[in-house]
Amino acid sequence: MTVVDFAFYTFAIVMLVAGLFTVVSKNPVHSVLWLILTFLSASGLFVLLGAEFVAMLLIIVYVGAVMVLFLFVVMMLDVDFAELKAGMAKYLPFALLIGVVLLLQMGLAFGDWTTAEGAQALRQSVTPDAAEIHNTAALGLLMYDQYLMLFQLAGLVLLVSMIGAIVLTLRHRSDVKRQNVLQQMYRDPGKAMELKDVKPGQGL
Amino acid sequence: MTSNDFSIVLPETLLAIYGMLALLFAVYTGKDKLAGLITWVTAAVFVIVALLIGLGGGGATPAFHGMFIDDAFSRFGKVGILLAGAAVLVMSYDFLDKRGFAKFEYPILVLFSTIGMMVMVSAGDLMALYLGLELMSLSLYVIASFRRDSVKSTEAGLKYFVLGSLSSGLLLYGSSLVYGFAGTTSFAGILSVVSVDAPLGVLFGLVFIMTGLAFKVSAVPFHMWTPDVYEGAPTPTTAFFATAPKLAAMALFARVLHDAFGGITADWQQVLAVIAVASMFLGAIAGIGQTNIKRLMAYSSISHMGFALMGLAAGNAEGVQSALIYMAIYVTMNIGTFAFIMTMERDGQPVTDIASLNLYWRNSPAKALALLVLMFSLAGVPPMLGFFGKLAVLQAAWGAGLIYLAIFGVIASVIGAFYYLRIVYYMYFGVETDPLDKVSSPVTFALLTLSALIMLVGIVNMFGVDGMAALAAEALVK
Repeated sequence: MTVVDFAFYTFAIVMLVAGLFTVVSKNPVHSVLWLILTFLSASGLFVLLGAEFVAMLLIIVYVGAVMVLFLFVVMMLDVDFAELKAGMAKYLPFALLIGVVLLLQMGLAFGDWTTAEGAQALRQSVTPDAAEIHNTAALGLLMYDQYLMLFQLAGLVLLVSMIGAIVLTLRHRSDVKRQNVLQQMYRDPGKAMELKDVKPGQGL
Repeated sequence: MTSNDFSIVLPETLLAIYGMLALLFAVYTGKDKLAGLITWVTAAVFVIVALLIGLGGGGATPAFHGMFIDDAFSRFGKVGILLAGAAVLVMSYDFLDKRGFAKFEYPILVLFSTIGMMVMVSAGDLMALYLGLELMSLSLYVIASFRRDSVKSTEAGLKYFVLGSLSSGLLLYGSSLVYGFAGTTSFAGILSVVSVDAPLGVLFGLVFIMTGLAFKVSAVPFHMWTPDVYEGAPTPTTAFFATAPKLAAMALFARVLHDAFGGITADWQQVLAVIAVASMFLGAIAGIGQTNIKRLMAYSSISHMGFALMGLAAGNAEGVQSALIYMAIYVTMNIGTFAFIMTMERDGQPVTDIASLNLYWRNSPAKALALLVLMFSLAGVPPMLGFFGKLAVLQAAWGAGLIYLAIFGVIASVIGAFYYLRIVYYMYFGVETDPLDKVSSPVTFALLTLSALIMLVGIVNMFGVDGMAALAAEALVK
């Protein structure tokens, strides 16, 4: 077993175990932490594949930003996850049965696994040669050339999710006073202030 | 990537640019006060783009390395989707405005979902398929929970979202298996390597992909979400669900099965036959006990999807043609029926109880008559157009040697006729109850009568739709 094999199996096993614990942990904060471990192992697998850019992206974007946000949301929301999961024990036997049947069927399919002739070559023909071109540059070439349409569509999907989030949550309340920064900045001292010269002993 | 590629995706690009401009315009000016204007302009843009596509013609041209295919089949699908979208948009504004949630985002979300559908029917690659599907579904999830103050609407959106994500996951897993075998995600590439003795792994992939798509067309056993979502979503949204997305998902089904898996017809034929029979019967039987007309339409749509899938199960050009004709007729009928459901109200509040239709003919004889025609057509009673749709799929199944399927179809059709006829019975011979309001809404009335008229006049020559469907089917099945 080479170092690469060892690393692969380590990352793969850690990833599976962490994934399992993400689902079964009682405490949602623990779930998020397990999920972070899953992402870290996944990025390890990406490094093994030679996709270091994607690996770093996974750590920076998912672990660094998305998961931290998740953690905050989980901590701030007062949701009783234990209660939500209360039904789990009831369905567990049935779910396990279906899971085992599915697993056996998958085993059947993978036992007989073959690939079409030339599939491997076809897979590699899409990407530029890794020895000649930098990982990041290769990704850019693919995304903005061959997969331009898909890239733009993904952009539209994100736009829709943004519109959706605003439509479903934004409320315009008319009963609150808001700060209008422009109005504040354009206030003219000449109009807003008045200097009075108060004579001694007279008052206003 | 050439300018030619961009000219092929011109309709989608135009729509996307229009959508973004309309969004910016509305956000920076009148916001929700512009909802009516944007609804009508969007509908007009839909019709213009539909004309642009329909009159464009031309052969089959791939774009962006085969990601996107423009052929007679995709043009047929797109014109249908755009016209259905336009019709649903114009009839929904009054309803939304009256309930105080006419927002300018509604037409824009419908527009983005339409772009997703157009990509779906044109997809030439598993990745384009997935992105089109997600673009469509994501917009649909949002408009399902559009009435955010209502628990039912929020529940509908959430339920649809959770189950929709699950189905997307299944679809993606299937795609990964197929990619693992073929080494490519392009339909043409898959078609060239998947032939009669395909290994088990590919069949698994195929079944997973079909599961994901069956969910989108709400075919049994992936129909669970349909009644709840149809009932909970605001009626205009339900009307949209029952029309354009169904047509798009069915067209995508045909596209994937023939373009990518055309080499293993016999393998997917049997799967389709099973889900077709199950959908027809479940839709027909479970609809009987319903008292809510929106739930009833959900079961009706499940049953109708079974019939359309029966056409696809034939596995040849005739089958695809019949499924397209069936879907075109189904969408037209549903537009009329939902135009009617939107005007069902008592004391200004929307009513969805079927019993409220008692003696409706006294209320408005013209609308009752139009609905009678539509119900007969949905049930498949000759000489309405709905009968010819059913006839086409039955003939296709019969012609392909699936005789048992055709017989099951006839039986299910007879069972399903019960609940359509019950509505007619209530309208004309029901008992005395509180009458519904007399709602004057010219747009919905026009669409209702137009749809009913099409059901009657269309039997002469189907307005040439059968010829176009034949061309589309020939372009797909080579």
